[in-house]
Amino acid sequence: MEISNIWYFLSALTLLSALMVILSKNPIHSVLYLVFTFFCISAHYVLLNAQFLMAVNIIVYAGAIMVLFLFVIMMFDLKKNIPESKSSLTKLAGSVVAGTLLVILIAIIRKNNIPGPVLEKFNSQTGMVENLGQVLYGEFLLPFELVSILFFVAMVGAVLLGKREAGERNF
Amino acid sequence: MELINTVFIAKAIIVGIVFAITLGVAAYSTYFERKIAAFMQDRIGPDRAGPFGILQPLADAVKMFMKEDFIPANSNKWLFIAGPCLSMLTALMTSAVVPFGDTVTIGGATFDLQGIDVNIGILWVFGIVSLGVYGIMIGGWASNNKFALLGAIRAASQNISYELAMGMAIITILMITGSLSTKEIVEVQQNGHWNIFYQPLGFIIFIICAFAECNRTPFDLPECETELIGGYHTEYSSMKLGFYLFAEYINMFISGAVMATLYFGGYDYPGIDFVTQQFGSNVASFVGVGALIGKSLGFVFVFMWVRWTIPRFRYDQLMNLGWTGLIPLAMYNVVVTGFGILVGKPFMVSIAGLVLLIAALFVYDQLLVKKKIA
Amino acid sequence: MKLSNKTKVLEQGEMTLAERMYLPAIVGGMATTLKHFFSKPVTIRYPEQKRYLGPVYRGQHILKRDEAGAERCTACGLCAVACPAEAISMVAEERKAGEESLYREEKYAKVYEINMLRCIFCGLCEEACPKEAIFLRHDTMVPVFHQRDEVIWGKDKLVEKMDHRYLRDGWK
Repeated sequence: MEISNIWYFLSALTLLSALMVILSKNPIHSVLYLVFTFFCISAHYVLLNAQFLMAVNIIVYAGAIMVLFLFVIMMFDLKKNIPESKSSLTKLAGSVVAGTLLVILIAIIRKNNIPGPVLEKFNSQTGMVENLGQVLYGEFLLPFELVSILFFVAMVGAVLLGKREAGERNF
Repeated sequence: MELINTVFIAKAIIVGIVFAITLGVAAYSTYFERKIAAFMQDRIGPDRAGPFGILQPLADAVKMFMKEDFIPANSNKWLFIAGPCLSMLTALMTSAVVPFGDTVTIGGATFDLQGIDVNIGILWVFGIVSLGVYGIMIGGWASNNKFALLGAIRAASQNISYELAMGMAIITILMITGSLSTKEIVEVQQNGHWNIFYQPLGFIIFIICAFAECNRTPFDLPECETELIGGYHTEYSSMKLGFYLFAEYINMFISGAVMATLYFGGYDYPGIDFVTQQFGSNVASFVGVGALIGKSLGFVFVFMWVRWTIPRFRYDQLMNLGWTGLIPLAMYNVVVTGFGILVGKPFMVSIAGLVLLIAALFVYDQLLVKKKIA
Repeated sequence: MKLSNKTKVLEQGEMTLAERMYLPAIVGGMATTLKHFFSKPVTIRYPEQKRYLGPVYRGQHILKRDEAGAERCTACGLCAVACPAEAISMVAEERKAGEESLYREEKYAKVYEINMLRCIFCGLCEEACPKEAIFLRHDTMVPVFHQRDEVIWGKDKLVEKMDHRYLRDGWK
């Protein structure tokens, strides 16, 4: 099979499952479609020979974050919270905003000629762990460390929020 | 094209064999679980089906298939079916990157006794294990049963909590080896340089997390009978239940194989040079496969041994152990290992780190923890 | 109030370091289970292997014969009266001339039936019997029955066989 056929198939699958995230009525189904979308994106990484990104994408997004999403949504009583149908004004406003965003995006892409990939420069080993590590810890060391500090601050904040105060009853 | 075909067929055969071994071991784990439980309780265990009861898994399978396959009326039908399938799928996928043996040369062609040798091998294991919880969560939620949902939620939070400590235990292995590939991790450990000697603390953390990830006692809260009837598989019957139970045993075997790969030298065994000289490298490789499977089965025995020894944790104890016990320990282990690599004596430093940890705990215990005056 | 001097007050102080780390205790527990792993199983494989249940076990009913082989039962009906489950029924008949070797007393039980579904194996029939005719034997159990018509045991099953006599330890 041609590799481009696989690409078309995967892309179609990705778009379809992404659409289903929005279209399905049941939030649990939405989450599961989103997980499937992440898998398709990981498959795209494999096509680009970026195995590390594929694994990390699955571990972090599909394996941890979406599990937490599912976790929270399962706690809801879905039968009670059927969203009341929005008023037509809300629907209109939504369509206008979304349409405007679409127009802006298309305009930007058309205005700036985004250069396509240069095949001669393509290095199949770019996505390997070693090369990625060299880039991250060499060229982008400062941003990388800054991001990790950001995460650390977020973590401390979460712990502080979750901490029980003295005399407070949580149950 | 010819070469690709040969490689493909060879890989297919290897995958098939691994698949068969895994399923066979899982089937017989059910038998040995009951046998070992019986021996530890001074009983005999199943001995009616065939000599010594060795046909018991067959009888169990027939029983499982014959039972009524029931789907609750208000359940989410497709997800209800998808749950056990996902569990089984994720359990079976992990073994792809475990190197079952060294290379074998048949007719001039050299084959790796491994499903796929990707350079992110251990991340693959980690990713698939983190997906394993979906089968349980989907099944538990789709059952439309409060107890099943509670079991599913327990499983999810437990797996996420212990994945962190597990990941950090693996990081130390990666620091020593300098590669994510399972094959390379094993090759670094050849000739008795097993990681268990360099990473005793890491191994303890890893094995505890492996217990938690496999939902085995003492961490079997998602399916604890006394509180949650059957936990996430309360509503399941027939072979769907069988799939869940089977997936647990497969996970057990695979985690044993992963532990053997990461900490016990994989297919390395004492006297490998002697066997290579006497009988050639092919025989040595096959003995290596036997060594790896033997090590994995040893871990399966430990899993069962622990199950029949230790009672179940309470939920807050579980979370406490995971977040305030194992994760700080794993962090400490990362620092100690880094120091060891910096100094250039990983073995000495890891032992020193362990001693230092125990000493520090002892001093802390003596000085700061208030003793109740008797 | 202290009734005896055997009371022992347990000190439940703070756990020591070893206790709080759990691992030593877990290793100790695993050593115990491993010890049992290699110890001899205590199982008795029941249908093949049977243990001696003692001389006072109340098993299958038997209608004794005397030393000469004559039936001891005289159909007095005391066992049937004593039976709390009303499992025993009988029909009495007078002994004819020439039957002295068959029946010891002048009256005998022509029909003697025990309903094994009703019997509770209490042994009161044995205690009530003035002729030492009915016993619950200690060495045999009533076999499992699968059909309704196997439930009521008549004399054919109850009377002692001459080639397989029943003896208790104290009798001689």
